[in-house]
Amino acid sequence: MLAEFLQFLFSGITVGSTYALAALGFTLIYNSSHVINFAQGEFIMLGGMLAVYFTQTGLGLPLSILLAIALPAVVGLVLEKVAIEPVKGAEPVTLIIITIGASLVLRGLIQIWLGKGTFSLPAFSGEQPIEVLGATLMPQSLWVMGVTAVVVCALWYFFARTLYGKAMLATSYNRVAAEMVGINTDGVLFLSFAMSAALGALGGILLTPITLTSYDAGIMLGLKGFVGAVLGGLGNGLGAVVGGLLVGVLEAMGAGYISSSYKDAIPFVLILLILFFRPNGLFGGKTTDRV
Amino acid sequence: MSKHAFRGLYVIAAVLLVLPFVLPNSFYVDLVIRMAINAIIVLGLNLLFGFAGQISLGHAGFLGIGAYASAALPTFLGWHPLLAMAAGAAAAGALAALVARPIFRLKGQYLAMATLGLGIIINIVVRNEAAWTGGPDGMPVPAMAFGSFEISGDKHWYWIVAFLLCVSIWASINLIDSPFGRALRALHGSEVASKVVGVQVVRYKVVIFVLSAVFASIMGSITALYVGFVTPTIADFFHSIELVTMVVIGGMGSIYGSVLGAVLLTALPQALATFEGWETVVFGAILMLCMIFLPRGLVPTLAARLGKGA
Amino acid sequence: MALLEVQDLSIHFGGVKAVQNVSFSIDAGIVYAVIGPNGAGKTTLFNLITGIYTPTSGSITLDGQHIAGLSPDVLARQGVARTFQNLQICMNMSALENVMVGAHLRLDRNLFKGALRWPSIKTRDRELQAEAEELMRFVGLGAYTGARADSMSYGALKRLEIARALAMKPRLLFLDEPAAGMNPKETLEVVALVRKVADTGVTVVLVEHDMKMVMNLSDRILVLDYGRKLAEGTGAEVRSNPDVIAAYLGAHA
Repeated sequence: MLAEFLQFLFSGITVGSTYALAALGFTLIYNSSHVINFAQGEFIMLGGMLAVYFTQTGLGLPLSILLAIALPAVVGLVLEKVAIEPVKGAEPVTLIIITIGASLVLRGLIQIWLGKGTFSLPAFSGEQPIEVLGATLMPQSLWVMGVTAVVVCALWYFFARTLYGKAMLATSYNRVAAEMVGINTDGVLFLSFAMSAALGALGGILLTPITLTSYDAGIMLGLKGFVGAVLGGLGNGLGAVVGGLLVGVLEAMGAGYISSSYKDAIPFVLILLILFFRPNGLFGGKTTDRV
Repeated sequence: MSKHAFRGLYVIAAVLLVLPFVLPNSFYVDLVIRMAINAIIVLGLNLLFGFAGQISLGHAGFLGIGAYASAALPTFLGWHPLLAMAAGAAAAGALAALVARPIFRLKGQYLAMATLGLGIIINIVVRNEAAWTGGPDGMPVPAMAFGSFEISGDKHWYWIVAFLLCVSIWASINLIDSPFGRALRALHGSEVASKVVGVQVVRYKVVIFVLSAVFASIMGSITALYVGFVTPTIADFFHSIELVTMVVIGGMGSIYGSVLGAVLLTALPQALATFEGWETVVFGAILMLCMIFLPRGLVPTLAARLGKGA
Repeated sequence: MALLEVQDLSIHFGGVKAVQNVSFSIDAGIVYAVIGPNGAGKTTLFNLITGIYTPTSGSITLDGQHIAGLSPDVLARQGVARTFQNLQICMNMSALENVMVGAHLRLDRNLFKGALRWPSIKTRDRELQAEAEELMRFVGLGAYTGARADSMSYGALKRLEIARALAMKPRLLFLDEPAAGMNPKETLEVVALVRKVADTGVTVVLVEHDMKMVMNLSDRILVLDYGRKLAEGTGAEVRSNPDVIAAYLGAHA
């Protein structure tokens, strides 16, 4: 009983960590521009796929991982410069469509370049399962959870204690006011795309040894990360992390206890429920419009 | 919108009348049928998009409901295909109403998220419930028959679909100019203003979403009946995005833009048939380029350049 | 009985008490002005009465019926119309259509009949178009009957909003700073227009900063300051009220 529960919990938190990183990515971009970046999932995919590609060309795991984080960050920068900045004042619908277009382009290009196969990475520290109260935990899971925790703490420090981080926060509260006090809000937007892509890519890399990766792995991961962001309250960083983890855990629990063939549907039922009953998410506040 | 508006309809009707006699073989007739079906779906989607300013990222789900209703209900329950089509439309409409009401009370692009979720859920259900749907491989669809007269093949469906397209265009033009349509456009222009003149904003948005869902469901049924077979891809995410692309390229809120978008983007996959990855890239590129350079779509931009309204 | 009665109306936004215990009543057929320094809560008060905000406490009755917290579209059915300080024009439509939208509630809005081009709807629309053109001429926009809304100036659009509000055939019309951003000549034109509207029997409530305009037009005036009622009465009474003078000019006037 307990063993089974723990098993589901571990697998839920593992995947949930990747969702959490993706959700943070969504939140970062949403905060600096009110854009919902539907290409976030492709950054996750790029991380995994590029890591695979580089290791296969013999570069060794650490360097491959570094490149597989840096390159998507560059892609994020390009995306921002080419597709988001030119249409700065556009309606939200326009921006959503642009990011959907970008996700298609990225996915299609990877499909053409690397094919439709499924790939894996070697687990970072071996495949020897660890026994915890009757449940088994893969070392890679510990990597996922551990690295995610470290990154989240680092981000918290960045936003709460550094000037750059505070500037980004200020931009998210009121862009115009931030500009008035001299914050380079375009730079903030630029940076947020790079960070968001890097976060997504990292999550993808960490998860690949466990769930494998392919050209279309990004869609579901990204969308579920998005559900996590909405669950936590779109725009709230802590909410994103909690939301992402929660989505992962609920998905695993649902798959384990209710039905595994409907596993993928669970996050989307969740988002409908959130939108019906608590659209501002767990941590989101209420806003009013001035007329 | 004035008399000009109907001119386009006459042209389209004339073209549709002549085409079957001019096209070299049934491959092209099939293509035109698919274009017309997509055009009708996009017209419905454009009502939502162009006037309520909201986007549906899961519209293919409603197509799926209609398609599988037309497949499963006659096959397993012996219903007449027409009844099955009506049932599918009613189910799609009810589902749309259920989801839309709480969503439209919120400010912002929440419909996008909700329809995204809904579309994916429908797709998963269709894939899983193999007993009713044939699972990932799909299932055959019994043809529509009245007595001994069976409607099948492009010979019959061409005229039915062509007629439906003309009626849909005609009805859409009328609707836009009517008090209902004016209220919709006002809603898109300024929700606050429309509220103070008495427009029940939430209700109108729900109605328009339900309408577009019903359109989609019926066309899903017709697609299923025409092809004679249905698979889960009719209700998948990429199909929803294809529909959005058609709206976007043709022009949000533009009737003829809807038709143009449908025509162009139904033909495109045929041209890219062997280049699967490229199809994805091209669709994505079109979405991006259109929204960056032609945010109003082809038809409204052209119309503005030429100095008249569309 | 007064047309509009406001009793002890308050609204708090978190810690900000935007309107506090305001009470007043408006008789039918007069021109009533609400004035006060910036931030006094005038537009907030408007938004409360016209259904954009829900009060924290207090009551609003229109002809004896409680209307506090009812949404704008319900109030529209009660004959309440308003214009906006920051303009709420449908830029995607023509000027004429903007006015025609005002008549929304008086039309058959059935979507099926609309889609099928029902003759009664077409006829009514033709009548409405003539009516809208007449309204545009009434507010001085006769030259713009063929124009698109996005081609018109700020001043013209303010008048367009008034035309739209009149298309509702309201009994109570709220004008939120109708002369804002206008030069003296334009302001005089607005004064004349408001007089014309009031003469048709509509009860007009306006928020304005221009004192001359307010004194010229209004039968009664409500003075707000920091969300509270400072004074109420005729122009002469208000003008000589020491609290009002202090609020506007500072304590040592």
